[in-house]
Amino acid sequence: MLTLYGKTLTSRLMLGTAQYPSPKILTEAIAASGTEVITVSLRRETAEGSGAGFWDILRESGAHILPNTAGCHSAQEAVTTARMARELFGTNWIKLEVIGDSDTLQPDVFGLVEAAEILCADGFEVFPYTTDDLVVGARLVAAGCRVLMPWGAPIGSGQGLRNPEALRTMRAHFPDIPLVVDAGIGRPSDACAAMELGMDAVLLNTAVARAGDPVTMARAMAGAIEAGRAGFEANPMERRDMAVPSTPLLGLAELA
Amino acid sequence: MKLIVNACPRDIEGKTLGAALAELGFEAQATATALNGVFVPREARAGTQLNDGDRLEVLAPMQGG
Repeated sequence: MLTLYGKTLTSRLMLGTAQYPSPKILTEAIAASGTEVITVSLRRETAEGSGAGFWDILRESGAHILPNTAGCHSAQEAVTTARMARELFGTNWIKLEVIGDSDTLQPDVFGLVEAAEILCADGFEVFPYTTDDLVVGARLVAAGCRVLMPWGAPIGSGQGLRNPEALRTMRAHFPDIPLVVDAGIGRPSDACAAMELGMDAVLLNTAVARAGDPVTMARAMAGAIEAGRAGFEANPMERRDMAVPSTPLLGLAELA
Repeated sequence: MKLIVNACPRDIEGKTLGAALAELGFEAQATATALNGVFVPREARAGTQLNDGDRLEVLAPMQGG
């Protein structure tokens, strides 16, 4: 079981809600994934009320809502967005994104720490989208974050885990802080690999939403994450350089 | 007075944020507001005075990753 800010979850898959071919497929993908945490955003409203149908999907999913600050490029913008999200969605949870580079969507870790300090002091429960830098992670924990979300690869790139060794080091360095790989997952094997490294959960969106069959991919991701977690808990064998026969040699016939 | 509402210039008669939102037709929707980059809580809208040229953002729930 995974506990994030006092909420206990059975699923280790957190799912984004953007870019699905239709609201119906989004609803089915959420159900197929078994997720208990879905991410959402805030955008400009029109007088016609563009957000109304989406509200119903959120409510009916029964999942915890994790609003994001996507698109914010400064601590001040992210803090204002977080406060707006808290009122709108009625949750202290915030997926904190402060973007530092438009091409890679790499986090601005300086703005991220600054915003995390303000928001944690203001009662928010912050899920920071960060890099795999240990020192930045430590600063975020010092600011009050009780979850870290290192990237696997740039958002929406589907490249998988660019630097598994850094994630392994993070795991060792923060044994008691839940680590969620956020961004970059493309295939079920990527999600499985993240879990085998000892990550506590995976947050993904594009890999499901942009698959040819998002509902089947949602199910595949859930299975991969479950398998990867079980593999981690089962403590895999050490790698060897040479072959070692698995069938006993004792009693082998001489037939030459 | 002139306001910039979600990046569009608008002529508004109301003097408060609450009055402006009603005039703009946002009253019924679930929205959150920010004035000149600063969050204005729902309960403070009626008492928040507007000035010519203020930038108002009215945001709603949207899909996100």
